[in-house]
Amino acid sequence: MSENQNLSQKNGSAAGRPPMGRRGPGAAVVPGEKAKDFRGSSRKLIEYLKPYHLALVFIMVFAACSTVFSIVGPRILAKATDELVRGVTRMMAGEEGGIRFDYIGRILLLLMALYGVSALFSFLQSFIMANVSAKVSYRMRNALMEKVDRLPFSYFHTTSYGDVLSRITNDVDTLTQSLNSSITTLITSVATIAGVLIMMLSISWQLTLVALCIIPLSLALVLVIVKHSQKYFLGQQKYLGRVNGHVEEMYGGHVVLKAFGGEEKSIAQFDRENEQLYRMGWKSQFLSGVMMPAMTFVGNLGYVAICIAGAVLASSGAMTVGGIQAFIQYVRSFTQPITQLANISNLFQSMIAASERVFEFLGEAEETEGNVSLSTKDMEIRGDVEFLHVKFGYRPDKIVIRDFSASVKAGQKVAIVGPTGAGKTTMVKLLMRFHDLSGGQILLDGHDITEFSRRDLRDEFGMVLQDTWLYNGTIMENIRYGNLEATDEEVIAAARAAQVDHFVRTLPDGYQMVLNEEASNISQGQKQLLTIARAVLANARILILDEATSSVDTRTELLIQKAMDNLTRGRTSFIIAHRLSTIRDADLILCMKEGDIVEQGTHEELLQKGGFYANLYNSQFEQAG
Amino acid sequence: MIKLLRNYLKPYIPALAGALALLMLQAVCELTLPNMMSELVNTGIMGSGLAEGADLAQARFQFIVQEGMKMLLVTLCDVAAAIGVVLLAARISAGVSRTMRHDVFAKVESFSNAEFDRFSTASLITRTTNDIQQIQMLLVMGIRMMCYAPIMGIGGVVMALNKSVSMSWIIAVAILVILGIIMIAYALAVPKFKVLQSLVDRLNLVSRENLTGMMVIRAFGNETYEEKRFEKANRELRDTNFFTQSVMSVLMPAMMLTMNLLSLSIVWLGGKAIAASQMQVGDMMAFIQYAMQIIMAFLLIAMMFIMVPRAAVAAQRIREVLETESGVKDPEKPQTLGTTPQGEIAFHHVSFRYAGAEDDVLHDITFTAYPGQTTAFIGSTGSGKSTLLNLIPRFYDVTEGEVTYDGIDVRDLRQQELRANIGYIPQKGLLFSGTIESNIRYGREEASAEEIRQAIEVAQAAEFVDANPQKEQLDISQGGGNVSGGQKQRLSIARALVRKPAVYLFDDSFSALDFKTDAALRSALKEYTGDAAVLIVAQRVSTIMHAEQIVVLDEGRVVGIGTHEELLRSCREYREIAQSQLSQRELGA
Repeated sequence: MSENQNLSQKNGSAAGRPPMGRRGPGAAVVPGEKAKDFRGSSRKLIEYLKPYHLALVFIMVFAACSTVFSIVGPRILAKATDELVRGVTRMMAGEEGGIRFDYIGRILLLLMALYGVSALFSFLQSFIMANVSAKVSYRMRNALMEKVDRLPFSYFHTTSYGDVLSRITNDVDTLTQSLNSSITTLITSVATIAGVLIMMLSISWQLTLVALCIIPLSLALVLVIVKHSQKYFLGQQKYLGRVNGHVEEMYGGHVVLKAFGGEEKSIAQFDRENEQLYRMGWKSQFLSGVMMPAMTFVGNLGYVAICIAGAVLASSGAMTVGGIQAFIQYVRSFTQPITQLANISNLFQSMIAASERVFEFLGEAEETEGNVSLSTKDMEIRGDVEFLHVKFGYRPDKIVIRDFSASVKAGQKVAIVGPTGAGKTTMVKLLMRFHDLSGGQILLDGHDITEFSRRDLRDEFGMVLQDTWLYNGTIMENIRYGNLEATDEEVIAAARAAQVDHFVRTLPDGYQMVLNEEASNISQGQKQLLTIARAVLANARILILDEATSSVDTRTELLIQKAMDNLTRGRTSFIIAHRLSTIRDADLILCMKEGDIVEQGTHEELLQKGGFYANLYNSQFEQAG
Repeated sequence: MIKLLRNYLKPYIPALAGALALLMLQAVCELTLPNMMSELVNTGIMGSGLAEGADLAQARFQFIVQEGMKMLLVTLCDVAAAIGVVLLAARISAGVSRTMRHDVFAKVESFSNAEFDRFSTASLITRTTNDIQQIQMLLVMGIRMMCYAPIMGIGGVVMALNKSVSMSWIIAVAILVILGIIMIAYALAVPKFKVLQSLVDRLNLVSRENLTGMMVIRAFGNETYEEKRFEKANRELRDTNFFTQSVMSVLMPAMMLTMNLLSLSIVWLGGKAIAASQMQVGDMMAFIQYAMQIIMAFLLIAMMFIMVPRAAVAAQRIREVLETESGVKDPEKPQTLGTTPQGEIAFHHVSFRYAGAEDDVLHDITFTAYPGQTTAFIGSTGSGKSTLLNLIPRFYDVTEGEVTYDGIDVRDLRQQELRANIGYIPQKGLLFSGTIESNIRYGREEASAEEIRQAIEVAQAAEFVDANPQKEQLDISQGGGNVSGGQKQRLSIARALVRKPAVYLFDDSFSALDFKTDAALRSALKEYTGDAAVLIVAQRVSTIMHAEQIVVLDEGRVVGIGTHEELLRSCREYREIAQSQLSQRELGA
């Protein structure tokens, strides 16, 4: 399989999970993704958060304190109200004193302090939390990216880039966001319920009994609504996914759709999905929207009940007006934490599921170095390469290269030919140890390549791939990628050798021009030249060159050819050839078919043999029809 | 935005009116509750206004129950109205977004390539999905809050004034403080929010580059460099995130504190008023509640102001799509090709220029492609080969001159009919999700199984189709991710073949094929296409050297027309291309 094809596959399957921010409206009762191993992953998460345990304890304490203070508030305020009532009563009765404002003033000052401290605590809690979650996501992302560099190449044969990307971005986001809200919600909800209950009991146990009737009622209501809305919510997600998928597919294939007149069919299908989305959509919207008024209703029911019961109690003198006022506030703040607690299990589920995916990735087996006993730094590498009974398969049960032996002397030119998908890049990947052999040996200057560290080994190779990977930086930076220590002069010299200096100088900012995200502001051929310059700068003993694609115009192609000739002079080179005319002077031609090397030899030898190569060579001149 | 919504909300005017009425009812209910409570306290508990006497306790109790029942009734009304509003809001917003989504989708499907170039595919996708979602969100929230908040706010003010005019200034102060806090927070955070989005994009970009460039990165041993680059993007994101979060963490406590301090001030000042017999205790309690409601209303409005700008941008983007007319239109009086078109394609002095471009991509092109012959186009990148081909099925319309199909200007044909008589194979093998069969059948719905089989064989796809047990029923994932580039290309050739049109257009469709397959395909094609006209855009000379007619393009102009041999002699550009690809011996062959 060619590298390009791999790429498109990986990008293609990136749409497996909905990307960030594409949740439907009314995400109040999102059924979270379920973790496979809830306990194990939770333990790992707790372990990972160890450096922040102290901070988390502070967060919990602050959250609890802040909640408790704001709960105590109304109770104290009630004393002020009671004093007002008493004062009024005294005034009406014509007694001495009236309202004692010094007393009320003291209460209000106390409350002011209390509310102030509560606000401070609440601020500190969310401030520390913001700090912790920023640090956690930063550390986690760095760890993930470092992991990417340590994973064996073969890992990415089975895992799509989209999947890895979504772990780095979405999962870390979900994790920190739900970490943030779940801890705070849990603490404040529990503290609120406990605190309010205590406060209510301290005011009047009779009223508390009345209020407690609300709990089962609201719990039942929440559960019923959640249960119903989940069905529609999932339906909405499903159809939203389908509609979006259809849109992406049809827009992406617009040319084909137009060419084959598929508009009506496409719109009809769209309308079907869209109608379903509408049905699921408004129902899920409705049910999640109903939650609030329903809870308000329960709350108000309690409110009225408390008013009546309270008034009765107060008129008989069993409780005070301030007490009722405080109690009413408590009842109102009672229903919200119940709703929140109902949602919290979803929150935890999605948090653990996200962290599971992160830890799963972090726990993948890394590329291991064998017994590194040599360093290329200590020796002068000539560039002799020898393949001894090389055996290889991407999977143990599917060996593609069975037994390959060849000897390449320093400075020789090796061409690899074969139809698309024949696995020409496999040889390259083996040489540079992107994959390890299943059997046999590859020797560099007589030493098994596993005796070097991968880093050292790869330093001896320069590579120009068909897939011209450049990054979002300046042209200077992109060429310097071949050797990060190179001076500007060296970079320019390399560009000159790669025949690209003149072209770069015609660009708006010359070497300082920034390549855009798809590097689409320069042409394919120019990209190829830049990657050649990069390889020139690397100044490696052995070169691996993938010839230019067919989408390059003639003039650039000649330039590339010349640049490649400059580059290979005096170096061992492996050329993945697409045109047979350029490789006739190769010292060794390897013919590959379906992953295996079927023939090897020089151009003349192979033509005489009259086998696969001869067939391939002659096919390009066959008469059509 | 208003203009867009006005059109789409028209069918929902009764529903909207209903929602508004219910909202008012809801607001009235909620505003009445504190008042009733104040009555309950003043009369039921304090006993003011009731006749003195032995049965005072009895009268109180009666009053309490009576008033309580009224309150219950009001609550019921309140909740019924609220549920009604939610129901209407859900239906209206989902309905509007359904219609809007349909309109945008249908509109985009009518676009020609020119409009796709203008908007870019990715942007059109976002406009059809996310942007409409934004509008839907705004509507749901808008109907429920946008109307509710002002009603509550105004109602609260009226009721509060009713209770005490002299204390209203406290509420005004509190509102100012809260607005001040919000404004400061926004001023600090909003610019950072914008930066945040670009930092997230940056992080995604660097991650993606790291994955796609893995081989290069490892080959040059630049892992550490990449990790540093990622770390930098990551750090910037963290710092900005932390800043905005910190600002936000001040916001809530500050609001709560303001609201709490407000109620403390009311108790203090209210107490003074009560002492001066200007106010009753129950009134003061009600006043606090009204004050809270007013402030909540302001908070809601402030929240809406975060949503509105985002939705307005989305609405603007949707409008742009809806107001764009496709440049390629069906004629008013269409002509017809008849049932058996010949397939003669001719260009008469055709020039083409992309919208907004300074120069022509194609200039004064004239040639005729005859039925039963292969006409090939070759030239360096940017010479306009693919553009030329795109003019035939009217993916774009010519700027000058005319393109004819059997002598009829393609612009005088209905697009549907024109394209039904063309078999087009795009440069990239584009497949839709489904099976191999459904993809080929896309070329012609009523194709028989034998015809499909034949197309597969001619397209040299039989080998890999038969290699898997499901054969033609093999599932193709979206974008054709599970088949290779070359396989996709062969399937998209089969799709065009099954159509059996009089004209085939191959837009560089052989480039992902190796020489052998290329050659086999060409010879099978020759037989299959028979009397049809075949137009091929190619990069490789070997693909086209046997064509009856080769058109050489250079910078949008025809620099040579003829056979391979003729052009080798007469056309310098052709010779250059050929020499770069073939050896001397091959050229002579």
